Amino acid sequence: MRTGESSRFTLMPEPAVRVAGLNKTFLVPEREAGLRAAVKSLVRRKHREVRAVDEIAFEIQPGEVVGFLGPNGAGKTTTLKMLSGLLYPTAGEATVLGHVPSKRERAFLSRITLVMGNRNQLQWDLPALDSFELNRAIYRIARPDFTPLRDELIELLDVGDLVRKPVRNLSLGERMKVEIVGSLLHRPQVLFLDEPTIGLDVTMQKRIRGFIADYNRRYEATVLLTSHYMADVVALCRRVIVIHHGKILFDGPLARLGDSLAAWKTIAVDLQNGDADLSAYGEVIGRDGDRVTLRVPREDTARVTARLLAEQDVADLTVEDPPIEDVIEMVFGQGNE
Amino acid sequence: MSVHGLAGDAGRIRSLFEFYVVRGRTQIQTTFQYRVATYFWMIGMLAEPIVYLVVWTTIADQQGGAVQGITSGEFAAYYIVWMLVRQMNIVFTPYGWEWRIREGELSAALLRPLHPLHDDLAAFAGWKPVVILFWLPIGAVLWLVFDPVLDPTLLEVGVFSVAIWGAYLIRTMFLSTLGMITFWTTRVSAIFEVFIAAELLLSGRLVPLPLMPDWAEDVANVLPFKWSFFFPIDALVGDLSTGELLGGLAMQVFWIVVLTGLALLVWRFAVRRYSAVGN
Repeated sequence: MRTGESSRFTLMPEPAVRVAGLNKTFLVPEREAGLRAAVKSLVRRKHREVRAVDEIAFEIQPGEVVGFLGPNGAGKTTTLKMLSGLLYPTAGEATVLGHVPSKRERAFLSRITLVMGNRNQLQWDLPALDSFELNRAIYRIARPDFTPLRDELIELLDVGDLVRKPVRNLSLGERMKVEIVGSLLHRPQVLFLDEPTIGLDVTMQKRIRGFIADYNRRYEATVLLTSHYMADVVALCRRVIVIHHGKILFDGPLARLGDSLAAWKTIAVDLQNGDADLSAYGEVIGRDGDRVTLRVPREDTARVTARLLAEQDVADLTVEDPPIEDVIEMVFGQGNE
Repeated sequence: MSVHGLAGDAGRIRSLFEFYVVRGRTQIQTTFQYRVATYFWMIGMLAEPIVYLVVWTTIADQQGGAVQGITSGEFAAYYIVWMLVRQMNIVFTPYGWEWRIREGELSAALLRPLHPLHDDLAAFAGWKPVVILFWLPIGAVLWLVFDPVLDPTLLEVGVFSVAIWGAYLIRTMFLSTLGMITFWTTRVSAIFEVFIAAELLLSGRLVPLPLMPDWAEDVANVLPFKWSFFFPIDALVGDLSTGELLGGLAMQVFWIVVLTGLALLVWRFAVRRYSAVGN
């Protein structure tokens, strides 16, 4: 029976991932180089607190595919490790599918997976098929469910001839594909993917991207993905979260990333007299015949546009946000400063 | 407990048993992949007991055939069975824990809905049948050379067969607890060396316990070392009464419960300190 209240309100689905005020601080031993410093450290040890993740908060709805971006050392992997129960948070709250990850309950671990591009969880000396069989026993997958799913995953990733070879004999890309099969045999509802295409050639990257998209559609799985390859993010994620120095800089649609993070816009001008010098209006970043492309500070865009129209013989003019790739490159670049 | 609860428990135990079987099988396959290396490693492991065997049988022969009532044939039996027990109580060491924690290799195990201790137990249990199979011809040669005195009863064989697995569990839990100290110290090797020294003296590994002073035997009785080494050997080689045999098994159960409880308690706090470096 419906109550009056429940008929008036639409029930929002419970977020698959909910993070609030999450922190992770590492205590790192520190000393100068050399023998004297080594002897000194015997008496007085110095430690430094490194805040890898700093008060982050976000929610991910079931079935969403979210890109988690940031430069090296930004806190992406630390966050994924906390969400998958590998790391115990210093403070704050995280729930995944209603479970607190750090409790590492069986019901939680059976419904998630963490795939890391540089990690190997298969038995090194045995064919992957043996590791899959071991996963069947670990995740208590009934044989009638296991065999068809295993065969389907093998077919989707085209690894039929690889799963019978010892894992140590596989190339990096081949191993990554069989790793992914092994990670999905228990049909996880939440996938944490940390650089799943790292070191792979373009064809292999494309195939894995297609596979992730297909898995998300087919099982309505939630995906949180980190990648340094923009193609991964553009192909899979409508929403991105950008993290830098442990703090979230941006959380929203990929298409609006430029609005929020890029400090400039580009103005493409088609001139009647193509040889005019436009360097006084902004940084000239391209010239192709009568078409000149300028980079101008975001806040000056309106003023520069008005001046161009007033002072130059303009046939056409377009104002654009910088390409997503450039914005990400700018954010990643900050990590190296 | 409800009927559903009992059915759930039975299902969990069945699933766990199935995991042990599958994991043990994969370990057997892995060990066979490296059979030559395993064989040479095992031959290296035999140096220690063969030195003890030669030394004690020589001393016994020089002292008119026995040392404190133990004949050279009994020494031979002791150290040949010693080798079998040693193969059984080889477990994942604190060095392994140190490596897996320092290198972040524990991450894969932590992502599975199964305590990593199960994986260690199942993997090493799977390794045992292969090394024992490899050991049999070596044991046969030693039997012919040293002419041991061994005449066990059926009950002694039965208790020995159970006790070697008890020894395996005691040592796994003891060394895993030590290994988990790496969560706090990063390097646990030094503590492991202290363990090895205590074990050499108080387990019957270096010297059969009856040859030790009475006070040392008294100390050994209240520590776990003896029950993971001397007791299984003594069950087969010695002349224990039924009460002593069953009492020994009870002591093994006691230490298994205590050390498993300790391992799980330490794990609860230790795992919070895992930093998953590199992986």
